[in-house]
Amino acid sequence: MDFRDLNRAVCASPDTDITIDECYGQRFIGDGLSGRNITINGTPGNALGAYLNGAVIRVNGNAQDAMGDTMNDGAIYVHGSSGDATGYAMRGGKIFVERNAGYRAGIHMKAYKDKVPTLVIGGRVGSFLGEYQAGGYIVVLGIGEEGRLPVSNFVATGMHGGKIFLRSDTAPADLPNSVMTHEATAADKAEISGLVAEYCAEFGGDKDEILSGKFFVIYPDVANPYKELFVAN
Amino acid sequence: MLEKEGKVRIPAGCAISGIFSKSGKKINGESIIKSISIMHDRSNGLGGGFAAYGIYPQYKDYYAFHVFYNNDAAKESCEDFLDKHFDIVNLSRIPIRPHKNITDVPLIWRYFVTPRPTRLAASQLDEKEFVARCVFRINTQIDDAYVFSSGKDMGVFKAVGFPEDVGEFYRLEEYEGYCWTCHGRYPTNTPGWWGGAHPFAMLDYSIVHNGEISSYDANRRTVEMYGYSCTLLTDTEAITYILDYLVRKQGLTLTEAANTIAAPFWSTIAKLPEPERERLTFLRNKYSGCLITGPFSILLGFEGGMMALNDRLKLRSMVIGEKGDMAYVASEESAIRVIEPDLDKIWAPRGGEPVIFTLNDGAQV
Repeated sequence: MDFRDLNRAVCASPDTDITIDECYGQRFIGDGLSGRNITINGTPGNALGAYLNGAVIRVNGNAQDAMGDTMNDGAIYVHGSSGDATGYAMRGGKIFVERNAGYRAGIHMKAYKDKVPTLVIGGRVGSFLGEYQAGGYIVVLGIGEEGRLPVSNFVATGMHGGKIFLRSDTAPADLPNSVMTHEATAADKAEISGLVAEYCAEFGGDKDEILSGKFFVIYPDVANPYKELFVAN
Repeated sequence: MLEKEGKVRIPAGCAISGIFSKSGKKINGESIIKSISIMHDRSNGLGGGFAAYGIYPQYKDYYAFHVFYNNDAAKESCEDFLDKHFDIVNLSRIPIRPHKNITDVPLIWRYFVTPRPTRLAASQLDEKEFVARCVFRINTQIDDAYVFSSGKDMGVFKAVGFPEDVGEFYRLEEYEGYCWTCHGRYPTNTPGWWGGAHPFAMLDYSIVHNGEISSYDANRRTVEMYGYSCTLLTDTEAITYILDYLVRKQGLTLTEAANTIAAPFWSTIAKLPEPERERLTFLRNKYSGCLITGPFSILLGFEGGMMALNDRLKLRSMVIGEKGDMAYVASEESAIRVIEPDLDKIWAPRGGEPVIFTLNDGAQV
């Protein structure tokens, strides 16, 4: 089925709850949508839930690239893994991925007043996690990684807002000078306990056990802000 | 009249897909067409093509030349040249099926050849180098003739059009091979033309490429120093020649070649333990002109194997699926699921991490 036909059918449907079976790569599903619950069985195409504006999307399968691009509100739950640029430029809403996400997860995320986007990944992610992050929460739980660092290279490059939580025995070795990290305290963990609870409610797992693990929290260094990298301004 | 490569800039995408049977099982061309057609919207109809391995068992000891001609004069000149340098054991038009979406069709011929022993001996070259030089001579010195496939027991089929249409046009359901790669083109910078469609092939190496390499000119100058002529003004051609140079001429392993063209950053190399650090430092220093920057995901087909590789920043998507002895690679997972819904595993390799599939020991193809 052509993605245009599928998306027209979704928009034209009078139903609140919509199920898409045998999905094979159709792009732009749920883009900008509000007021619907969409369940997708299969492999949705790129830019799933881009600009999402309040709808809830559940994927039984893996998502491809650029899921939740610039989403504003609502939630996406992926019972599987997601591709590169997951949650790219999110400005609100929640994304939960049961297993892994690709490169560039959460890049350019931003927050404003009550709009605080959250991206929770159960397993591990590729390089450039949270590059240029400006707000919101990115949480990588490292489930199944047994304490190994659940991220690849260049975490938080250019980060200037928000927080990244990594469940790991060690902090990334190559963090830029403009960010700081410390082992998460009980108060730090309290900030994400609701997100971990929601992850476990959706995918299973023991919230207390996950939260009892060692976490590192990464955040911008306000005394050494990210600025004037290219030009004085 | 469509202007050729390099004259016009068009913005862009692309799709690649590959199927490989480690046991050498023969796969019909229909599967790869089904896979690539799911990614239809990644292409724009300006180029599609396939490489298939193991398709010419009856002529497996002969080089299979696939040639485009724009006119009969080019064909005559090329056949004169072939006659002087090769014994031609079979020649024919490549069977096609007229297709409403495939137009401006050139003459498309196939020759099974082997170098004339006297010519080969007189050249003092090894056989592959002799064949490669003959292909370059045709492509650079005979106007309107273009050899686009020159390996043994393999062939490239390409055209201007959407890949699924190109597959029907070439009647790929009539071919069976243990390895297929495929490309749907959405040309970056340049318009599509028959010669500019992927795969690009040199002897048994073929490349399909999604991306746009920003180091093209540095790479072109490098390979030109080693006798390669970039005649097509397109980046993928340079990748093909770099790999031919590194693997066939320099004797690097495929992994070493991948570590050279998609080398890690110096900062990443600095963190690695010895001897890995020394090895990667050597490759970057020795073959600095072969570093390929900019986005790419490529599939390299070769005799008995297939390699998938992303650029070091992983600026293009690529996933790998496995089921039993079958391996699948595609720009999008959906393109694999549509031909094998029930995979044993599926994953995305890291940027610069080559994934190589080869025939099992003793596999008959």
